[in-house]
Amino acid sequence: MMHETILFAPLAAAAIVALGARILPRSLVCGLPILAVGLSAGLSIAALLRQLGGDPVTVTMFNWLSIGGFELSFGLMIDRLTALMMCVVTSVSLAVHVYTVGYMRDDPGYARFFALIAFFTSAMLLLVMADNFMQLFVGWEAVGLASYLLIGFWFKRPSANFASLKAFLVNRIGDLGLLLGIALIGGAAGSLDYAVVFSDAPRLAAQEIAIWPGMSVPALDLGCVLLFVGAMGKSAQMPLHVWLPDSMEGPTPISALIHAATMVTAGVFMVARMSPLFEYSPGALSLVLAVGATTALATGLVAIVQQDIKRIVAWSTLSQLGYMMAGVGVSAYSVAIYHLFTHAFFKALLFLAAGAVIVALHHQQDIRRMGGLRRRMPITYVTALIGALALAGIPGTAGFFSKDALITAVTRSSGAMSAYAELCLLAGVVVTAFYSARFLLVVFHGRETGDAGDISERGPGGAWMLGPLVLLAIPSLVIGWFTFQPVVLGDYFSASLAVLPQNAPASSDLAAGTMDFFVHGLYSPVFMLAMLGGLSAWVVYQWRPEWRKRLAAALRRPGRVLELGYGFDTLLQRAIIPGVQGLARGAAEKTDERLIDGLLVNGLARSVQWGSGVLRRLQTGYLYHYAFAMVTAICLLIAWVILVLD
Amino acid sequence: MFGQGLLSVLIWLPVAAGLLIMGIARSAAVARWSCLAVGFIQWIPGWLLWRAFKPGGGYQFVERHDWIARFNVEYFLGVDGIALALILLTLVLTPVAIVAGWRAIDRRTGLYYGALLIQQGLMLGVFCALDSLLFYVFWEFMLAPMFLIIGIWGGERRIYATVKFFLFTFLGSVFMLVSLVYLYRKAGSYAIPDLHALPLTLTEQQLLFFGFLAAFAVKVPMWPVHTWLPDAHVEAPTGGSVILAAILLKMGGFGMLRFSLPVTPDAAQQFAPLIIALSLIAIVYIAVVALAQRDLKKLIAYSSVAHMGFVTLGFFVPLAYAGGGNEGLLALGMGGGMVQMISHGFISAALFLCVGVLYDRMHTRRIDDFGGVANTMPAFAVLAVLFALANAGLPGTSGFVGEFLVILASFSVQPLVALGAATILVLGAAYSLYMIKRVVFGEVGNGRVAALEDLDIREGVALGGLGISVIVLGLYPGPLVELMEPSLNELARHVLSGKAAAW
Repeated sequence: MMHETILFAPLAAAAIVALGARILPRSLVCGLPILAVGLSAGLSIAALLRQLGGDPVTVTMFNWLSIGGFELSFGLMIDRLTALMMCVVTSVSLAVHVYTVGYMRDDPGYARFFALIAFFTSAMLLLVMADNFMQLFVGWEAVGLASYLLIGFWFKRPSANFASLKAFLVNRIGDLGLLLGIALIGGAAGSLDYAVVFSDAPRLAAQEIAIWPGMSVPALDLGCVLLFVGAMGKSAQMPLHVWLPDSMEGPTPISALIHAATMVTAGVFMVARMSPLFEYSPGALSLVLAVGATTALATGLVAIVQQDIKRIVAWSTLSQLGYMMAGVGVSAYSVAIYHLFTHAFFKALLFLAAGAVIVALHHQQDIRRMGGLRRRMPITYVTALIGALALAGIPGTAGFFSKDALITAVTRSSGAMSAYAELCLLAGVVVTAFYSARFLLVVFHGRETGDAGDISERGPGGAWMLGPLVLLAIPSLVIGWFTFQPVVLGDYFSASLAVLPQNAPASSDLAAGTMDFFVHGLYSPVFMLAMLGGLSAWVVYQWRPEWRKRLAAALRRPGRVLELGYGFDTLLQRAIIPGVQGLARGAAEKTDERLIDGLLVNGLARSVQWGSGVLRRLQTGYLYHYAFAMVTAICLLIAWVILVLD
Repeated sequence: MFGQGLLSVLIWLPVAAGLLIMGIARSAAVARWSCLAVGFIQWIPGWLLWRAFKPGGGYQFVERHDWIARFNVEYFLGVDGIALALILLTLVLTPVAIVAGWRAIDRRTGLYYGALLIQQGLMLGVFCALDSLLFYVFWEFMLAPMFLIIGIWGGERRIYATVKFFLFTFLGSVFMLVSLVYLYRKAGSYAIPDLHALPLTLTEQQLLFFGFLAAFAVKVPMWPVHTWLPDAHVEAPTGGSVILAAILLKMGGFGMLRFSLPVTPDAAQQFAPLIIALSLIAIVYIAVVALAQRDLKKLIAYSSVAHMGFVTLGFFVPLAYAGGGNEGLLALGMGGGMVQMISHGFISAALFLCVGVLYDRMHTRRIDDFGGVANTMPAFAVLAVLFALANAGLPGTSGFVGEFLVILASFSVQPLVALGAATILVLGAAYSLYMIKRVVFGEVGNGRVAALEDLDIREGVALGGLGISVIVLGLYPGPLVELMEPSLNELARHVLSGKAAAW
């Protein structure tokens, strides 16, 4: 019952708020979802504690349908991986719900927004708590729906409508892969239940699938690649990352919740959940590693040149998702999930801090119009500082523990793409530190802009926004000290994640303990690289700004490439969208209307003329006669055919 | 107890009521209300039928009398789970079609509402008939009311559309008639169970298969005989479009399960690759064509063709399974196709109703004439987005269930077929949500949009009811599938046992 309550409480609140938007008082419109998500969060922690001392729990809910030997049902499976995800989802969601009270207070769509984020919370929980592939897909699409509706929340804006459609369609390309992967597994294993499929993995690994007469591929290689295509869409891995920067058209709270902390990490979660399958496909894992590492570095570089405060954080999210994927790709599932866990806190924090800045500046998002805000917005500044330190992986912060462990795991791996991935991730450390420092220095340090007079973080609703910032800053700073030992060094995930001995990254011998890892981190080359990145940013943005102009002039071309995001959007807008539109028009006008219809109709032209003659008279009033005549004609025809043929 | 005569009541009550309304209803209000009343009264025998139906295979509620004794033609009715599902769909959706024209139909109302009821009776007749000639009679007579509905209350080019509609479907069904007469001469009976049991050589089966295909492919409609559908929809009044898309198209799929698969199973197996190819063209190519449409009704019509492609794909793809007969797979595919038909009934009815709501207010269907409808019609916007998402196959709506099952079945047969079918995930979302973006979202497009009024109670109840149905079917399709499963399993067993060997 506890687990059903966790799942359905936010949904119930969403339904009540959606249906009663016009009659409920404002306090209930925000109060109900907050209470429901708070309840879910509390119970999630209880579920986690229960998992620490017990076995995974399965809950059967109802039979969805069964046909042809397939039993498809809704059920929950709560193990330690699920429990951790539930805690992340509900706690970040709770913080975002509270923050929203302040952030959206003047928006006419206040109730709609609360209904949607509460709905999203349930959808995300459905995804992580699923005990079978079908339900995973249902949750997967439901969070996509919430994302679509929330990116397009301000539906009067053309840019928001474009972004939401783009997000949905690009995600659907990924979903296509996921669905085919699920179909493959269903066909090969004869079931879609995790428990059945996972225990069947060794047998599946030996199966082949004919994709063309005479051409077969190992079933699990194909299946895992297809599943990963789904993960690429949801977790915005290149080249399916194009939707995430545009998703910043949505209100900032959902950027924090959906497009940083939870939904976009679903792909990483899914690959980890499927670790019993991926373990048997080294090829798929290498692909995951290569894509993840490429995304980590390439998108991080783009973050450096962004001028929109939300887009900086968005591109940084892409980069961090790349890190997580790379971790999964070397079978370091526990470390990748751990990075997902810490990232949820510090990235949600950074987004919410950015949102606080945006609100204080009356919806200004361009960082060139910001500066010196640390005096006007001290709490926002300190929390953003904590978030940025964690993002850059400064030893001691939550981000340090997860990212350092992740890089170490990749360094120790020996797969096909390891060397390339290691290079990308280490270069990414410099880049991450650079854009994090740039973000802080440009927004909070430097000179105040001219119109800074009325800027304050304590405007109306300010307390609602500062509270969550502080609440998220605490775990971003210290949570590594409590969780690193059991999750990464210990065997927290031993029952949830499968790692074959030959793939074992052996994270348990990373360090003797948390303190040891911390001390080691202080002297590690990774920290040096981070310092290098941070210092470079300080030099060009604080100490010698004039160097930046010379540097920018020298690096004009590569800078332009980064500003264009490597041209993916240009390709989309100049070639792919017009191409599809042209194809569609051609198909509609040339083939369908002229070829098929033209030929057929020309052949029938005489009959049409005859028929229209009949009909023209039909309109003149003798209608019954002609209706009757037609029916009679059919009868006579039938009679004639029968009699003659008899 | 209830069973005796229940099917006859279902068929002839609306026909009689329809004729009565045609004959005596002088005022529009009388015609409307009495028609709606009959539409709901029909739910009573429908409900009794559903309650009294015993889960399991075989035909139930059988009524069998001589009709034309000389040719051994019988008045032979009965339903299995497959037919019952479609009967319930018809009964549920008829009131929706009736209220769709509530305000728009303002002349010859008696004739219009009478025709709608007669249409319902005849369609139910098709689902109930177990004598193939009786089936054929219902099948052909069914054209007449739709012919009138489009021809009299249609749009500008209604003459062209009606004739095209009539010729396509009529020419197709003549081939079916020839096939039926051939079978009669062979079996000495028109009874469908006899035709199922009749042994046939492969050559006979091949010819008969194409005879039936001509009739059913036009109705579904399959590519390339689909071009009558967009024209018919564009010209039809909203109520006609609802009946046409939601129920009439299902006749083609139903015919395949009644005739093509069980009467000519070996030919069906042999020509499965052809049907699979045509289905994939319908799904991929027609979906691309839908993207380019500027008229709302045409867009939805093309989307219907693409979605019906899943029906034919589901019916035939398991027959191409390389590993030999697989009953479970065939039941899965056919079940997916059936669920897709039921779901498409609800979704297409809802979408055409949405277009009707806009058309009644603005007298245009051009997508460019709208924009920002959500600003003035928020309740309509919520429902329109829901139906567009259902049309895009979003899980949690009925649109997902059938597509999921068919893709599941397809992958086991041939991964590339599944890939082709799964493109609907992207293409279906593209045309549905691109439409929503242009019509519903954005700033208020023009003064006429600014003056729009939101749904009235009649529209709200109809669309709301459909919305609930779409979600309930999506979240809990179990009972629907249970209703059909024994019949599907029986059919699968029969089809895979083949006929040519017995000859």
